[in-house]
Amino acid sequence: MNKKIMSNEQYLKLVSDITPKTNEKRSLLSSFLVGGFICSIGQFIRYFFMLVFKMHGDELASATSVVLIFLGILLTGLGVYDRIGKRAGGGSIVPITGFANSVASPAMEFASEGFVYGLAAKMFVVAGPIIVYGVSASAIVGLIYYFFGL
Amino acid sequence: MKRILEFKKTPKIVHTATICGPKEAQGNLGKYIDKHLSDDYNDEKNFERAERKMLSYAIKSVVEKSGKDMNEIDLYIGGDLLNQIISSSFCAREYSLPFLGVYTACATMAESMIIGASLVEAGLIDNCICATCSHFSTAERQYRFPLEQGTTRPPQSQWTVTGAGANMISLSNTGVAIRRALVGRVIDYGVIDVNNMGAAMAPAVAHSLIEFFDETKVLPSDYNLILTGDLGTLGSRIFKEVIKKGGYSVDENHVDCGELIYNMEEKEYQGGSGAGCSAVVFNSYIYKKLLCGEYKRILFIPTGALLSTTSSQQGESIPGIAHIIELGV
Repeated sequence: MNKKIMSNEQYLKLVSDITPKTNEKRSLLSSFLVGGFICSIGQFIRYFFMLVFKMHGDELASATSVVLIFLGILLTGLGVYDRIGKRAGGGSIVPITGFANSVASPAMEFASEGFVYGLAAKMFVVAGPIIVYGVSASAIVGLIYYFFGL
Repeated sequence: MKRILEFKKTPKIVHTATICGPKEAQGNLGKYIDKHLSDDYNDEKNFERAERKMLSYAIKSVVEKSGKDMNEIDLYIGGDLLNQIISSSFCAREYSLPFLGVYTACATMAESMIIGASLVEAGLIDNCICATCSHFSTAERQYRFPLEQGTTRPPQSQWTVTGAGANMISLSNTGVAIRRALVGRVIDYGVIDVNNMGAAMAPAVAHSLIEFFDETKVLPSDYNLILTGDLGTLGSRIFKEVIKKGGYSVDENHVDCGELIYNMEEKEYQGGSGAGCSAVVFNSYIYKKLLCGEYKRILFIPTGALLSTTSSQQGESIPGIAHIIELGV
Protein backbone atom coordinates (compact mmCIF):
# COMPACT_ATOMS: atom_id res chain seq x y z
CA MET A 1 0.00 0.00 0.00
CA ASN A 2 1.89 2.99 -1.26
CA LYS A 3 -0.99 5.43 -1.16
CA LYS A 4 -1.26 7.68 1.87
CA ILE A 5 -4.27 7.13 4.10
CA MET A 6 -4.57 10.86 4.71
CA SER A 7 -2.51 13.95 3.95
CA ASN A 8 0.28 15.01 6.28
CA GLU A 9 -1.73 18.07 7.28
CA GLN A 10 -4.77 15.99 8.21
CA TYR A 11 -2.58 13.58 10.14
CA LEU A 12 -0.70 16.26 12.07
CA LYS A 13 -4.03 17.85 12.97
CA LEU A 14 -5.29 14.49 14.27
CA VAL A 15 -2.09 14.09 16.31
CA SER A 16 -2.32 17.53 17.85
CA ASP A 17 -6.01 17.01 18.67
CA ILE A 18 -5.30 13.80 20.57
CA THR A 19 -1.92 14.62 22.15
CA PRO A 20 -2.31 15.79 25.76
CA LYS A 21 -1.16 19.35 26.33
CA THR A 22 1.19 20.47 29.06
CA ASN A 23 -0.99 21.78 31.87
CA GLU A 24 0.03 25.44 31.69
CA LYS A 25 -1.69 26.62 34.85
CA ARG A 26 -0.08 23.88 36.91
CA SER A 27 3.35 24.45 35.31
CA LEU A 28 3.14 28.19 35.92
CA LEU A 29 2.06 27.71 39.52
CA SER A 30 4.78 25.16 40.31
CA SER A 31 7.36 27.31 38.48
CA PHE A 32 6.34 30.25 40.62
CA LEU A 33 6.42 28.30 43.88
CA VAL A 34 9.64 26.36 43.27
CA GLY A 35 11.48 29.26 41.62
CA GLY A 36 10.27 31.62 44.33
CA PHE A 37 11.30 29.21 47.07
CA ILE A 38 14.84 28.89 45.64
CA CYS A 39 15.14 32.68 45.39
CA SER A 40 13.86 33.07 48.96
CA ILE A 41 16.60 30.75 50.15
CA GLY A 42 19.05 32.95 48.23
CA GLN A 43 17.68 36.00 49.99
CA PHE A 44 18.13 34.35 53.40
CA ILE A 45 21.74 33.49 52.52
CA ARG A 46 22.25 37.10 51.50
CA TYR A 47 20.91 38.42 54.81
CA PHE A 48 23.06 35.89 56.64
CA PHE A 49 26.27 37.12 54.97
CA MET A 50 25.20 40.73 55.39
CA LEU A 51 24.38 40.50 59.09
CA VAL A 52 26.91 37.93 60.29
CA PHE A 53 29.92 38.68 58.06
CA LYS A 54 29.09 42.33 57.40
CA MET A 55 29.51 41.85 53.64
CA HIS A 56 28.12 44.27 51.04
CA GLY A 57 28.09 45.09 47.33
CA ASP A 58 29.77 42.75 44.82
CA GLU A 59 31.33 40.67 47.58
CA LEU A 60 27.91 39.94 49.05
CA ALA A 61 26.41 39.03 45.65
CA SER A 62 29.31 36.70 44.82
CA ALA A 63 29.21 34.93 48.19
CA THR A 64 25.46 34.34 47.82
CA SER A 65 25.88 32.97 44.29
CA VAL A 66 28.71 30.70 45.34
CA VAL A 67 26.60 29.12 48.07
CA LEU A 68 23.62 28.66 45.73
CA ILE A 69 25.83 27.12 43.03
CA PHE A 70 27.32 24.80 45.62
CA LEU A 71 23.85 23.73 46.77
CA GLY A 72 22.71 23.18 43.17
CA ILE A 73 25.69 20.94 42.43
CA LEU A 74 25.40 19.10 45.74
CA LEU A 75 21.73 18.30 45.11
CA THR A 76 22.57 17.21 41.54
CA GLY A 77 25.27 14.87 42.83
CA LEU A 78 22.90 13.43 45.42
CA GLY A 79 20.35 12.75 42.67
CA VAL A 80 17.78 15.11 44.19
CA TYR A 81 17.77 18.02 41.74
CA ASP A 82 16.30 16.07 38.81
CA ARG A 83 13.45 14.94 41.08
CA ILE A 84 12.69 18.53 42.00
CA GLY A 85 12.91 19.43 38.30
CA LYS A 86 10.41 16.75 37.29
CA ARG A 87 7.59 18.64 38.99
CA ALA A 88 8.94 22.18 38.99
CA GLY A 89 7.82 23.28 35.50
CA GLY A 90 10.60 25.79 34.79
CA GLY A 91 11.06 26.84 38.41
CA SER A 92 14.22 24.88 39.06
CA ILE A 93 15.84 25.72 35.71
CA VAL A 94 15.81 29.52 35.78
CA PRO A 95 17.62 30.34 39.07
CA ILE A 96 21.41 30.01 39.29
CA THR A 97 21.00 26.55 40.89
CA GLY A 98 19.53 25.37 37.57
CA PHE A 99 22.58 26.64 35.74
CA ALA A 100 24.79 24.73 38.19
CA ASN A 101 22.68 21.63 37.59
CA SER A 102 23.01 21.94 33.82
CA VAL A 103 26.83 21.99 34.12
CA ALA A 104 27.14 19.30 36.80
CA SER A 105 24.75 16.77 35.26
CA PRO A 106 26.52 16.24 31.89
CA ALA A 107 29.88 16.28 33.70
CA MET A 108 28.71 13.38 35.87
CA GLU A 109 27.12 11.56 32.96
CA PHE A 110 30.08 11.72 30.59
CA ALA A 111 32.76 11.10 33.22
CA SER A 112 32.68 7.47 32.03
CA GLU A 113 34.29 8.65 28.77
CA GLY A 114 37.35 10.06 30.57
CA PHE A 115 38.26 13.31 32.31
CA VAL A 116 39.30 15.22 29.17
CA TYR A 117 37.02 14.14 26.32
CA GLY A 118 34.20 13.07 28.61
CA LEU A 119 33.81 15.17 31.72
CA ALA A 120 35.52 18.39 30.62
CA ALA A 121 34.47 18.44 26.96
CA LYS A 122 30.82 17.56 27.61
CA MET A 123 30.42 19.71 30.71
CA PHE A 124 29.02 22.62 28.73
CA VAL A 125 26.75 20.80 26.26
CA VAL A 126 23.68 22.20 27.98
CA ALA A 127 25.07 25.39 29.51
CA GLY A 128 27.32 26.31 26.55
CA PRO A 129 24.55 27.89 24.43
CA ILE A 130 23.34 29.87 27.45
CA ILE A 131 26.83 31.28 27.95
CA VAL A 132 27.37 32.03 24.25
CA TYR A 133 24.09 33.85 23.79
CA GLY A 134 24.15 35.39 27.27
CA VAL A 135 27.57 36.93 26.69
CA SER A 136 26.66 37.98 23.11
CA ALA A 137 23.45 39.63 24.30
CA SER A 138 25.26 41.51 27.06
CA ALA A 139 27.87 42.72 24.56
CA ILE A 140 25.17 43.98 22.20
CA VAL A 141 23.31 45.71 25.02
CA GLY A 142 26.65 47.19 26.15
CA LEU A 143 27.30 48.59 22.66
CA ILE A 144 23.84 50.10 22.46
CA TYR A 145 24.37 51.66 25.88
CA TYR A 146 27.78 53.01 24.84
CA PHE A 147 26.57 54.64 21.62
CA PHE A 148 23.14 55.83 22.65
CA GLY A 149 23.68 56.25 26.39
CA LEU A 150 20.17 55.21 27.32
CA MET B 1 5.45 -8.78 -6.75
CA LYS B 2 5.61 -10.70 -3.48
CA ARG B 3 4.90 -8.75 -0.32
CA ILE B 4 4.07 -11.60 2.06
CA LEU B 5 6.83 -13.95 3.18
CA GLU B 6 5.23 -17.39 3.59
CA PHE B 7 7.17 -19.77 5.79
CA LYS B 8 5.89 -23.15 4.54
CA LYS B 9 8.20 -25.16 6.78
CA THR B 10 7.12 -22.99 9.72
CA PRO B 11 10.41 -22.35 11.53
CA LYS B 12 9.81 -22.42 15.27
CA ILE B 13 10.84 -20.17 18.10
CA VAL B 14 12.11 -22.98 20.30
CA HIS B 15 13.39 -21.05 23.31
CA THR B 16 13.35 -17.52 24.66
CA ALA B 17 15.15 -15.66 27.43
CA THR B 18 14.51 -12.27 29.00
CA ILE B 19 16.01 -9.94 31.56
CA CYS B 20 14.81 -6.54 32.77
CA GLY B 21 15.60 -3.60 35.06
CA PRO B 22 14.10 -2.99 38.51
CA LYS B 23 11.36 -0.67 37.23
CA GLU B 24 10.20 -3.19 34.61
CA ALA B 25 10.33 -5.96 37.22
CA GLN B 26 7.72 -4.07 39.24
CA GLY B 27 5.53 -3.68 36.18
CA ASN B 28 2.68 -5.90 35.00
CA LEU B 29 4.90 -8.57 33.43
CA GLY B 30 7.68 -8.76 36.01
CA LYS B 31 6.82 -12.28 37.08
CA TYR B 32 7.10 -13.62 33.53
CA ILE B 33 10.61 -12.23 32.97
CA ASP B 34 13.49 -14.63 33.70
CA LYS B 35 15.85 -12.34 35.57
CA HIS B 36 15.54 -8.95 37.28
CA LEU B 37 18.36 -6.49 37.84
CA SER B 38 18.55 -5.11 41.36
CA ASP B 39 19.92 -1.80 40.06
CA ASP B 40 20.43 -0.08 36.71
CA TYR B 41 24.22 -0.43 36.86
CA ASN B 42 24.03 -4.24 36.85
CA ASP B 43 27.31 -4.34 38.84
CA GLU B 44 29.17 -2.56 36.04
CA LYS B 45 31.00 0.77 35.98
CA ASN B 46 28.85 2.42 33.32
CA PHE B 47 25.40 2.02 31.79
CA GLU B 48 26.67 0.90 28.38
CA ARG B 49 28.41 -2.05 30.01
CA ALA B 50 25.27 -2.71 32.04
CA GLU B 51 23.20 -2.87 28.84
CA ARG B 52 25.69 -5.21 27.18
CA LYS B 53 25.72 -7.49 30.20
CA MET B 54 21.92 -7.84 30.02
CA LEU B 55 22.08 -8.78 26.35
CA SER B 56 24.92 -11.17 27.05
CA TYR B 57 22.81 -12.84 29.75
CA ALA B 58 19.82 -13.21 27.40
CA ILE B 59 21.95 -14.82 24.67
CA LYS B 60 23.74 -17.18 27.06
CA SER B 61 20.53 -18.12 28.77
CA VAL B 62 18.67 -18.99 25.55
CA VAL B 63 21.58 -21.16 24.41
CA GLU B 64 21.68 -22.93 27.79
CA LYS B 65 17.93 -23.57 27.66
CA SER B 66 18.36 -25.25 24.28
CA GLY B 67 20.99 -27.60 25.72
CA LYS B 68 23.35 -26.61 22.91
CA ASP B 69 26.93 -25.40 23.07
CA MET B 70 27.81 -21.84 21.90
CA ASN B 71 29.84 -23.45 19.06
CA GLU B 72 26.71 -25.09 17.69
CA ILE B 73 24.99 -21.74 17.06
CA ASP B 74 25.01 -21.02 13.33
CA LEU B 75 24.15 -17.34 13.49
CA TYR B 76 23.36 -14.51 15.84
CA ILE B 77 21.29 -11.69 14.35
CA GLY B 78 20.71 -8.60 16.41
CA GLY B 79 21.00 -4.89 16.93
CA ASP B 80 20.37 -2.22 19.55
CA LEU B 81 19.93 1.52 19.93
CA LEU B 82 23.47 2.56 20.76
CA ASN B 83 25.61 4.19 18.08
CA GLN B 84 27.14 1.55 15.80
CA ILE B 85 25.13 -1.15 17.67
CA ILE B 86 27.97 -1.84 20.09
CA SER B 87 25.89 -3.82 22.59
CA SER B 88 25.18 -6.47 19.97
CA SER B 89 28.58 -6.66 18.30
CA PHE B 90 30.42 -6.73 21.64
CA CYS B 91 28.23 -9.63 22.77
CA ALA B 92 29.04 -11.44 19.53
CA ARG B 93 32.71 -10.85 20.35
CA GLU B 94 32.27 -12.27 23.84
CA TYR B 95 30.93 -15.60 22.56
CA SER B 96 32.72 -15.56 19.13
CA LEU B 97 29.37 -15.95 17.41
CA PRO B 98 28.85 -15.63 13.64
CA PHE B 99 27.09 -12.26 13.60
CA LEU B 100 24.78 -10.22 11.40
CA GLY B 101 24.21 -6.76 12.87
CA VAL B 102 20.87 -5.21 11.97
CA TYR B 103 19.12 -1.96 12.80
CA THR B 104 15.56 -0.73 12.50
CA ALA B 105 15.48 1.05 15.87
CA CYS B 106 12.80 -0.44 18.10
CA ALA B 107 11.66 -2.83 15.34
CA THR B 108 15.03 -4.58 15.42
CA MET B 109 13.57 -7.69 17.11
CA ALA B 110 11.26 -8.22 14.14
CA GLU B 111 13.96 -7.61 11.57
CA SER B 112 16.25 -10.20 13.18
CA MET B 113 13.43 -12.74 13.43
CA ILE B 114 12.37 -12.27 9.80
CA ILE B 115 15.94 -12.73 8.52
CA GLY B 116 16.54 -15.65 10.89
CA ALA B 117 13.32 -17.43 9.97
CA SER B 118 14.05 -16.96 6.24
CA LEU B 119 17.51 -18.51 6.51
CA VAL B 120 16.20 -21.41 8.59
CA GLU B 121 13.27 -21.92 6.18
CA ALA B 122 15.67 -22.00 3.23
CA GLY B 123 17.76 -24.62 5.00
CA LEU B 124 20.88 -22.48 4.84
CA ILE B 125 21.32 -22.66 8.61
CA ASP B 126 19.99 -24.98 11.31
CA ASN B 127 19.49 -22.48 14.09
CA CYS B 128 19.95 -18.84 14.89
CA ILE B 129 19.65 -16.50 17.84
CA CYS B 130 17.75 -13.25 17.51
CA ALA B 131 18.30 -10.77 20.30
CA THR B 132 18.06 -7.10 21.14
CA CYS B 133 18.12 -4.80 24.13
CA SER B 134 17.80 -1.23 25.36
CA HIS B 135 18.62 0.64 28.55
CA PHE B 136 16.85 3.74 29.84
CA SER B 137 20.05 5.45 30.94
CA THR B 138 22.09 4.85 27.76
CA ALA B 139 19.19 5.92 25.54
CA GLU B 140 18.49 9.06 27.59
CA ARG B 141 22.00 10.31 27.28
CA GLN B 142 22.30 9.48 23.60
CA TYR B 143 18.98 10.94 22.53
CA ARG B 144 17.90 13.39 25.23
CA PHE B 145 19.32 15.04 28.36
CA PRO B 146 21.80 13.94 31.03
CA LEU B 147 20.05 11.85 33.69
CA GLU B 148 20.56 14.21 36.61
CA GLN B 149 19.43 17.29 34.74
CA GLY B 150 16.26 18.65 36.28
CA THR B 151 13.81 18.99 33.40
CA THR B 152 10.08 18.36 33.28
CA ARG B 153 9.11 15.55 30.87
CA PRO B 154 6.38 16.49 28.40
CA PRO B 155 3.12 14.54 28.80
CA GLN B 156 3.43 12.82 25.41
CA SER B 157 6.81 11.25 26.21
CA GLN B 158 7.54 7.55 26.75
CA TRP B 159 10.03 5.69 28.92
CA THR B 160 12.82 3.58 27.38
CA VAL B 161 12.65 0.02 28.67
CA THR B 162 15.71 -1.38 30.44
CA GLY B 163 15.81 -4.97 29.31
CA ALA B 164 16.92 -7.56 26.79
CA GLY B 165 15.18 -10.41 25.03
CA ALA B 166 16.55 -13.28 22.97
CA ASN B 167 15.06 -16.24 21.14
CA MET B 168 16.28 -19.19 19.15
CA ILE B 169 14.75 -20.13 15.80
CA SER B 170 15.10 -23.55 14.22
CA LEU B 171 13.05 -26.27 12.51
CA SER B 172 11.46 -28.31 15.28
CA ASN B 173 8.26 -30.05 16.31
CA THR B 174 7.88 -27.94 19.40
CA GLY B 175 7.79 -24.21 19.93
CA VAL B 176 5.89 -21.28 18.44
CA ALA B 177 5.60 -21.28 14.66
CA ILE B 178 6.51 -18.33 12.47
CA ARG B 179 3.96 -18.55 9.66
CA ARG B 180 4.10 -15.37 7.66
CA ALA B 181 5.80 -12.02 7.70
CA LEU B 182 5.66 -8.67 6.01
CA VAL B 183 8.65 -6.35 5.80
CA GLY B 184 7.37 -2.85 6.44
CA ARG B 185 7.81 0.17 4.19
CA VAL B 186 9.34 3.32 5.63
CA ILE B 187 6.46 5.73 6.19
CA ASP B 188 6.63 9.41 7.13
CA TYR B 189 3.65 11.66 7.82
CA GLY B 190 5.75 14.64 8.82
CA VAL B 191 5.91 14.34 12.61
CA ILE B 192 8.91 16.26 13.96
CA ASP B 193 8.28 16.13 17.71
CA VAL B 194 10.98 13.77 19.05
CA ASN B 195 9.02 13.39 22.27
CA ASN B 196 6.08 11.95 20.36
CA MET B 197 7.53 8.74 18.90
CA GLY B 198 4.15 7.00 19.07
CA ALA B 199 2.68 9.54 16.63
CA ALA B 200 5.70 9.19 14.32
CA MET B 201 5.34 5.40 14.10
CA ALA B 202 1.54 4.96 14.14
CA PRO B 203 1.04 5.47 10.36
CA ALA B 204 3.73 2.86 9.58
CA VAL B 205 1.78 0.25 11.57
CA ALA B 206 -1.44 1.19 9.78
CA HIS B 207 0.23 0.94 6.36
CA SER B 208 1.86 -2.43 7.08
CA LEU B 209 -1.33 -3.90 8.53
CA ILE B 210 -3.59 -2.70 5.73
CA GLU B 211 -1.18 -4.15 3.20
CA PHE B 212 -1.04 -7.43 5.15
CA PHE B 213 -4.83 -7.72 5.43
CA ASP B 214 -5.36 -6.80 1.77
CA GLU B 215 -2.78 -9.30 0.51
CA THR B 216 -3.66 -12.25 2.75
CA LYS B 217 -7.43 -11.63 2.83
CA VAL B 218 -7.48 -12.21 6.58
CA LEU B 219 -9.36 -9.99 9.02
CA PRO B 220 -8.27 -8.46 12.31
CA SER B 221 -10.80 -10.71 14.07
CA ASP B 222 -8.91 -13.82 12.86
CA TYR B 223 -6.28 -13.11 15.50
CA ASN B 224 -6.28 -13.46 19.27
CA LEU B 225 -3.97 -10.52 19.51
CA ILE B 226 -2.54 -7.76 17.36
CA LEU B 227 0.53 -6.80 19.34
CA THR B 228 2.35 -3.60 18.37
CA GLY B 229 5.83 -2.79 19.65
CA ASP B 230 6.12 0.55 21.37
CA LEU B 231 3.42 2.94 20.18
CA GLY B 232 2.51 3.66 23.80
CA THR B 233 -0.94 4.75 24.94
CA LEU B 234 -1.11 7.88 22.81
CA GLY B 235 0.44 6.26 19.72
CA SER B 236 -2.06 3.40 20.01
CA ARG B 237 -5.00 5.80 20.03
CA ILE B 238 -3.66 7.58 16.98
CA PHE B 239 -2.95 4.28 15.20
CA LYS B 240 -6.51 3.02 15.78
CA GLU B 241 -7.91 6.24 14.32
CA VAL B 242 -5.67 6.02 11.25
CA ILE B 243 -6.34 2.36 10.46
CA LYS B 244 -10.10 3.04 10.72
CA LYS B 245 -9.69 5.62 7.96
CA GLY B 246 -7.97 2.86 5.97
CA GLY B 247 -10.99 0.58 6.33
CA TYR B 248 -10.08 -1.79 9.18
CA SER B 249 -10.79 -1.72 12.91
CA VAL B 250 -8.49 -3.34 15.44
CA ASP B 251 -10.22 -2.00 18.57
CA GLU B 252 -11.18 -5.52 19.67
CA ASN B 253 -7.80 -7.17 19.93
CA HIS B 254 -5.04 -4.58 19.70
CA VAL B 255 -2.52 -4.39 22.54
CA ASP B 256 0.76 -2.48 22.68
CA CYS B 257 3.90 -3.81 24.41
CA GLY B 258 4.63 -0.30 25.70
CA GLU B 259 1.23 -0.17 27.38
CA LEU B 260 1.62 -3.63 28.91
CA ILE B 261 5.02 -3.38 30.50
CA TYR B 262 4.50 -0.73 33.19
CA ASN B 263 1.77 -0.17 35.72
CA MET B 264 0.43 3.09 34.44
CA GLU B 265 0.40 4.70 37.90
CA GLU B 266 4.14 5.15 37.53
CA LYS B 267 5.52 8.25 35.85
CA GLU B 268 6.19 6.98 32.33
CA TYR B 269 3.29 8.94 30.84
CA GLN B 270 2.56 7.07 27.57
CA GLY B 271 4.29 3.78 28.48
CA GLY B 272 7.42 1.95 27.43
CA SER B 273 9.54 2.27 24.32
CA GLY B 274 12.93 1.13 23.05
CA ALA B 275 14.21 -1.96 21.29
CA GLY B 276 14.02 -3.88 24.57
CA CYS B 277 10.30 -3.12 24.96
CA SER B 278 8.89 -5.50 22.34
CA ALA B 279 11.80 -7.93 22.87
CA VAL B 280 11.09 -8.33 26.59
CA VAL B 281 7.28 -8.40 26.32
CA PHE B 282 7.17 -10.84 23.43
CA ASN B 283 9.85 -13.23 24.63
CA SER B 284 8.38 -13.47 28.13
CA TYR B 285 4.64 -13.14 28.62
CA ILE B 286 3.41 -13.44 25.02
CA TYR B 287 5.67 -16.40 24.16
CA LYS B 288 4.47 -18.29 27.23
CA LYS B 289 0.82 -17.64 26.38
CA LEU B 290 1.39 -18.87 22.82
CA LEU B 291 3.25 -21.94 24.02
CA CYS B 292 0.50 -23.00 26.41
CA GLY B 293 -2.08 -22.49 23.69
CA GLU B 294 -3.92 -19.59 25.26
CA TYR B 295 -3.24 -17.61 22.10
CA LYS B 296 -3.61 -19.57 18.86
CA ARG B 297 -2.70 -16.94 16.32
CA ILE B 298 -1.24 -13.49 16.80
CA LEU B 299 0.38 -10.70 14.83
CA PHE B 300 3.56 -9.30 16.35
CA ILE B 301 4.38 -5.86 14.97
CA PRO B 302 7.48 -4.16 16.44
CA THR B 303 7.70 -0.53 15.46
CA GLY B 304 10.74 1.66 14.85
CA ALA B 305 11.37 5.40 14.59
CA LEU B 306 14.25 5.83 12.17
CA LEU B 307 15.68 9.14 13.33
CA SER B 308 19.06 10.20 14.63
CA THR B 309 19.92 13.10 16.88
CA THR B 310 21.56 14.78 13.87
CA SER B 311 18.51 14.41 11.62
CA SER B 312 16.13 15.74 14.26
CA GLN B 313 18.38 18.70 15.08
CA GLN B 314 18.47 19.51 11.38
CA GLY B 315 14.68 19.70 11.46
CA GLU B 316 13.95 16.50 9.48
CA SER B 317 10.71 14.66 10.17
CA ILE B 318 10.74 11.18 11.76
CA PRO B 319 10.30 8.17 9.43
CA GLY B 320 8.61 5.13 10.95
CA ILE B 321 8.67 1.41 10.14
CA ALA B 322 6.65 -1.60 11.27
CA HIS B 323 7.38 -5.22 10.41
CA ILE B 324 4.65 -7.85 10.83
CA ILE B 325 5.24 -11.43 11.97
CA GLU B 326 2.36 -13.92 12.15
CA LEU B 327 2.84 -16.46 14.91
CA GLY B 328 0.88 -19.48 16.03
CA VAL B 329 1.17 -22.83 17.74
